[in-house]
Amino acid sequence: MSSDPRRARRRRRVLLQVACVAVTLFMGVPIYLITLAALSSRESLNRFPLPLLPTDMSTETLSRFLSTTGVVPGFLNSLQVGLFTLAAALLLGVPAGYALARYAFRGRQSYQLFLLLTRALPIVVLSVPLARVFLTTGLYDTTYAVALLHTALALPTTVLITSAVFYAVPIDHEEAALIFGATPLRAFVHVVLPQALPGIAASAMFTFVMSWNEVLGAAVLTLNQRTLPAQVLSTLADSPLAYRFAGGFALVLPAIVFVAVMRTYLTNMWGTTLR
Amino acid sequence: MADIVIRDVTKTYPGGRSPATDNVSLTVADGEFLVLVGPSGCGKTTLLRMVAGLDTPDAGSISIGGRDVTWLSARDRHVSMVFQSYAIFPHLRVRQNIGFGLRMRKAPPEQIEQRVRWAAEILELSDLLDRYPAQLSGGQRQRVAVARAIVVDAGVLLMDEPLSNLDALLRLQFRAELKKIVRQIGTTTLYVTHDQAEAMSLGDRIAVMRAGRIAQIGSPLQVYDRPRERFVGGFLGTPPMNFFSADLRCSASGAHLRVGDQLLTAPDQLGAFDQRPVVVGVRAENIDVAKAPADGRIRARVEVVEPTGASMLLTVRLGEYELKVQAPPNFDVAPGQDVWLRCAPESLRCFDPETALALVA
Repeated sequence: MSSDPRRARRRRRVLLQVACVAVTLFMGVPIYLITLAALSSRESLNRFPLPLLPTDMSTETLSRFLSTTGVVPGFLNSLQVGLFTLAAALLLGVPAGYALARYAFRGRQSYQLFLLLTRALPIVVLSVPLARVFLTTGLYDTTYAVALLHTALALPTTVLITSAVFYAVPIDHEEAALIFGATPLRAFVHVVLPQALPGIAASAMFTFVMSWNEVLGAAVLTLNQRTLPAQVLSTLADSPLAYRFAGGFALVLPAIVFVAVMRTYLTNMWGTTLR
Repeated sequence: MADIVIRDVTKTYPGGRSPATDNVSLTVADGEFLVLVGPSGCGKTTLLRMVAGLDTPDAGSISIGGRDVTWLSARDRHVSMVFQSYAIFPHLRVRQNIGFGLRMRKAPPEQIEQRVRWAAEILELSDLLDRYPAQLSGGQRQRVAVARAIVVDAGVLLMDEPLSNLDALLRLQFRAELKKIVRQIGTTTLYVTHDQAEAMSLGDRIAVMRAGRIAQIGSPLQVYDRPRERFVGGFLGTPPMNFFSADLRCSASGAHLRVGDQLLTAPDQLGAFDQRPVVVGVRAENIDVAKAPADGRIRARVEVVEPTGASMLLTVRLGEYELKVQAPPNFDVAPGQDVWLRCAPESLRCFDPETALALVA
């Protein structure tokens, strides 16, 4: 009987589990299929029906993809852009986030709103005038151009995420550090930063993945120094199926690895919840 | 060791309509334990924060150990502090938390280790040194906060409601322990609390604050027995002081207070206020209660009887006033009965009805 509260509760729990599994599959299956396809030989790719288990693994497709012109440089470019973006966004965004969290200043509210508004502009609208500026300054077709664009795109989220993170670190802790002889900088480094690290890691992760996946601006701002997504995109239309799978895999993998590495910082570092 | 001299300190927070502290002057002697007590918003925490260097006064000066620190940063004042929220660092082990101040002052590692051991021993934390704060109970975290504060051997120890997050039983235990520890290390201590019982129990002297000013300062018993204004009498003590209006009548046979149509013997030194209405303050434990009428006693009607174990707390009605009376624990009385009250004249405190200040001849 559904009127039995215990059974109703159990049923709700089962439904919740089912929902979790469904969402996980929705995310996981495409990644699995891409991985499978990328690691299969060309023949087994053409077979029908496609085997769903990794029966004949082969690095043929991947190595063919990697030996295609522009892929390895593209990969390196992407890495370079991602890391530069990460560093620049954190360098500029973390202090801004800290200021938003700790200081009351004129225009604080509107500054926050303005930050969000920058995300309202489509990337194309940003890229074209930027391309002009970069052309005149000689930055066009460099990884720095793309990295600067990505930094601009990532800054609002970095600032807002880190400000929320710093806000969550009690100001008492900072004051205690000052009383016990720390300079403001040491108080930040020894007391605030360690507590804010999980949040900063989350924001870093977000930034890196955003940069890794961004394709439009990267395609507009470069010709030869393409990032991987831009490279794959430009050659996607006239390439065989195997190339596309391998390209997809190469795009997904680093993001997943990066997330997996940063995840340890996201989960709580000291046993239970902070504070 | 150092004394604290606060001179004419005024501070108004941005957006605040009235000053948080209004021209406050206060001296804490070397080695003294002074408690700032008052209702929330009275400016006691603001005053403490200005001594700590976390806030700066708009006017006035603060010196510690003869050195003017008004404009020095917190870390240059060499003070130590226990926060209401404990503010111990969740990412550091207990050992590192306690040693934080020494590490920031660049003490040699052996010395840090030795001092941390010493402080941990005093606060019974020796077995917990390698734990993280998240693995401690509230009371243990409180001990860590105190250990961190005493380990640095600062001239001045500041405490901002350190016991307010503990449950009642633990608070009582730790209160006595804290008093012992502070006496043992002999640091000048400025302690902020809103709990009058805590203030009475801990302070060498207590300063009762109200609306940014110090209403009265003195030894706990002095302030408790001889409140200088009505507010102080009503703030200190459980139950707080009773107040009722009366008229002062002086004659050859002595001074009397006329309460309704009954007469109560008044203190003698109030001749100057003859024929004036006064507000009389008297503490529950200073009212002697009897079940039979006698000369010099006034009648009141019992409304509520509350046994507390140690005594019988009566709420009696005297004309339009309700008074709390502390009767002996075996005092057998029922609501609705009449009782007869007498107060020793010296236990009565008379206040001016307009200024609420104590009348002293």
